[in-house]
Amino acid sequence: MKRKIGWAVITILVLVYALFPVLSILMNSFKSSGDFTEGGQFLPRTWSTENYQMIFFGDAKDLFLPALRNSLGITLIATVIAVVLATLCAYAVARLDFPGKRIVLGAALAISIFPVISIVTPLFNLWRQIGLYDTWLGLIIPYLSLTLPISIYTLSAFFQQIPWELEQAAQVDGATPFQAFRKVIVPLALPGVFTTAIIAFFIAWNDFVYGISLTSTSAARPVPAALAFFTGASQFEEPAGAISAAAIIVTIPVVIIVMLFQRQIVSGLTQGAVKG
Amino acid sequence: MSTAAQPREASGSGSSATTGGAVQKRNQPRPRRTERARAEARLGWLLAGPAFVLMLLVTIYPILQAAFDSLFSYRLTAPQDRAFVGLGNYGVVFTDPVFWADFGVTLLITVITVAVELVLGFALALVMNSAIKGLKGLLRTAILVPYGIITVVSAFAWFYAFDINTGYVNSWIGQPNLDWFGSGPTALVVIMASEIWKTTPFISLLLLSGLAQVPSELTEAAKVDGATWWERMSRVILPNMKAAIMVAVLFRALDAFRIFDNIFIMTNGAYGTETLSLLAYRTSIGRLEVGMGSAVSVVLFLLVILIAVIAIKGFKVDLAGGGKR
Amino acid sequence: MSTITLKNLVKRYDDGFEAVKGISLDIADGEFMILVGPSGCGKSTLLRMIVGLEDITDGELQIDGKRVNEMAPRDRNLSMVFQNYALYPHLTVYENIAFPLRLNKNSVPKDEIDRRVRQAADMLDLNEHLQRKPGNLSGGQRQRVAMGRAIVRDADAFLFDEPLSNLDAKLRGQMRTQIAQLQRKLGTTSIYVTHDQTEAMTLGDRVAVLKRGLLQQVASPRELYEQPVNLFVAGFIGSPSMNFLPAHPVDGKLRTPLGDIPALEHQLKAAEGRDIVLIGVRPEHFEDNKLVDEGVRSKGWTFKADVSHTEWLGNEQYGYISYEPDPKVSGLLNSLAQDLDADELVPMVVTSLEATSRIRGGQQAELWMDVRKLHVFDAESGENLTRDAEEGARLTAEAAEERAFEIKRAQQEVSA
Repeated sequence: MKRKIGWAVITILVLVYALFPVLSILMNSFKSSGDFTEGGQFLPRTWSTENYQMIFFGDAKDLFLPALRNSLGITLIATVIAVVLATLCAYAVARLDFPGKRIVLGAALAISIFPVISIVTPLFNLWRQIGLYDTWLGLIIPYLSLTLPISIYTLSAFFQQIPWELEQAAQVDGATPFQAFRKVIVPLALPGVFTTAIIAFFIAWNDFVYGISLTSTSAARPVPAALAFFTGASQFEEPAGAISAAAIIVTIPVVIIVMLFQRQIVSGLTQGAVKG
Repeated sequence: MSTAAQPREASGSGSSATTGGAVQKRNQPRPRRTERARAEARLGWLLAGPAFVLMLLVTIYPILQAAFDSLFSYRLTAPQDRAFVGLGNYGVVFTDPVFWADFGVTLLITVITVAVELVLGFALALVMNSAIKGLKGLLRTAILVPYGIITVVSAFAWFYAFDINTGYVNSWIGQPNLDWFGSGPTALVVIMASEIWKTTPFISLLLLSGLAQVPSELTEAAKVDGATWWERMSRVILPNMKAAIMVAVLFRALDAFRIFDNIFIMTNGAYGTETLSLLAYRTSIGRLEVGMGSAVSVVLFLLVILIAVIAIKGFKVDLAGGGKR
Repeated sequence: MSTITLKNLVKRYDDGFEAVKGISLDIADGEFMILVGPSGCGKSTLLRMIVGLEDITDGELQIDGKRVNEMAPRDRNLSMVFQNYALYPHLTVYENIAFPLRLNKNSVPKDEIDRRVRQAADMLDLNEHLQRKPGNLSGGQRQRVAMGRAIVRDADAFLFDEPLSNLDAKLRGQMRTQIAQLQRKLGTTSIYVTHDQTEAMTLGDRVAVLKRGLLQQVASPRELYEQPVNLFVAGFIGSPSMNFLPAHPVDGKLRTPLGDIPALEHQLKAAEGRDIVLIGVRPEHFEDNKLVDEGVRSKGWTFKADVSHTEWLGNEQYGYISYEPDPKVSGLLNSLAQDLDADELVPMVVTSLEATSRIRGGQQAELWMDVRKLHVFDAESGENLTRDAEEGARLTAEAAEERAFEIKRAQQEVSA
């Protein structure tokens, strides 16, 4: 009994830790503009959806909606490219013996610790010269520097755990090489690819430095960068409500993905980094 | 059966060759590469090449370009004045007190956040490790929420909670006039809180997997030997997950050293909260001083590499342990 | 049903290492052939060459007289049970068994697939588990699923790669029996790789003993046991192992650390002209002298020895006698020990005595040795100098007859 209470307390503590800031911003998103100026409190004095109306239909619409579209488009494209290329690469690393495969893994690892800010300065310069500044492609390319290394690394670790001898078993069972691949290897490899895609998506979705440095208009600016440029309805009005509402909108997909795939994400995160 | 890395050509006229496993198992030097091995190497690079090349292109090229740019006095506002200055920019950087102040702040944030995260993360890992099955999923889901949330969103959440106008924290602690973001130390507290909140889940998951790798027989044996909970922790579990701890600390330290988003949102570097990343950004993107900004970028890059090298050589952190196997 | 013929098969790896050094073997239709040997003897490589997972460097492999060297595994129509079962973790037990039938190549109709999967599941007692995933099964159940996948298809032959080595001893015994019965019922040619000589002896119609990529002897289990061709086969087959003692021919006797053995004429003749030979005596050819039948006592040799300790097993007991090793043969015996996966041969004679014997450790005891069963080996090449090839051939022919009878009976049972 004592134990049960202990676990209940611990669970509540962890939940508060993990969710309180989210709740805090969720509450902010339902506050009316008056709530912010009259001194803060946690709960809204009056529950209002004006902030959501503002970002979807009101003054902030032109700021938020293009940013949301940019974020989704750029992040998804960068994720798909990274995962496809990383899948081929990780297959080679896990499965084939070729000179330099250690270098591939080592480079992926080394690059994943590069400071983004060191990369952004020359890109800023170059993009302005060749016209990639403030375009989708101009963000997709640097996003690959974020997503590719971790994808290669995580997927290689996943693929090395696949029991590849099953492919042989399938061939003895009468499968063609293609059948062995499609019916045995693909189902086994898919979870790893999927998990890697989630992690890559999170990383690209989280980007801020590239977003504010390589864009200048709503043509390509993603949500995190756009949030930093939100202003209130008037110049003197606090944009907190609108920002909070927008923040909640971009947090929803994250929470859903986490709830659905927590097990896979955990295995993916630990797969790449620590291995005995 | 060690078939982990058995090569196999998918096509082939039926002579399905699989010699790799056995060859690797014996691990003898090969006198010469056969045609098959060459074909395998070709296929390997064909598959790995695009990802590898692209990865290098989008990272190594900019770093080299930055190193090149850093040798020039070059402002985008006055491109015609571009002039070679050698290591002059670095001289300016290293004699600038702002640089050293920013370096100090960066180091301070790194040390404090990593230390706190290590303790907090380990506590969370212990909780997740010993939780019963049903609870485990719930706890892991909760803990992953901060991990998945956009850093900027986290920054806003903490900012609005502490801000003197919009925040509720001041009224909770009965200090209505405390302006958290009006002075460096208090601002740094909130900045680090946001950073810690957002990244502790990552470290705790790494520690959790390290914890899971300590064989339960070891702790059981220690129990039988009469060790208390604390003794089991400090003498059996921690020494056996040292590798996992080191990797987690290194990863996080390198990440914390690059801190940018939180500070940009909360103070934009005001009141002595500027870090090296912000300095680089402010110099090159903000003031368009590409030459000087590149120099700061290169210094930051070299510092990160230096930390990694010290950790790997000095503390024998086996980062590639996962990939090598 | 097929015959499989190996003609001088060689496997050489890229780095020049030869795992299989020219092995020829004829496997008859419906025969149960065992490939046995210590680890690294090339038995698994040989099996993988037969199934097509390993390239054949040299020589020819024929199935039903047709060369198949260049054929892909899927075209050889063989089925295989892997050491770690190689079950597809994403498929249920049912789908695992159905897997070979679902490949378009075989294009088996749905209800036929169902019928055959259920038939296989019946045979292997897997009916309750058909909808479970392999991850939730016990070792024995997984093993049976792997067998199911092998038998569901009309394969020309079954290949087994140490299928029981991951099971505990009791289960291994049960599965051994099941495999033997299944094979007889189906009458399908089978090749079975193992390092366990008990499995080899109980399952095989014929057993091929391999050492370092070379075939040592192919014969029925009884021939291997009674008429081994050399020291290696003699030492590998049988548990506890045959005892090897250095012996010098002196005055019509063999002088050994146990005493002078009054050897038989053909044994003396084999040892004649040599300074030193090795004699081999199996543990069960010793007995407590008190318990030996008067009728046979004269056929053997009675001697006194210090028994260092005994182990009582219920149905029998082992008595151990240590002796002074002879440096002249230590080289040969050490390399033999290595070949047998042991660190070294302890200079100790193991005797298997009646359970009722009162001989105890630390005493001098009077023992009897059945001299007729003694073999004499060359001290350099290890060749068996007293092997009776005719008797060996007779034993193997006898086994073949018994076998034919058993198959007939098993299949009558099936059809009845």
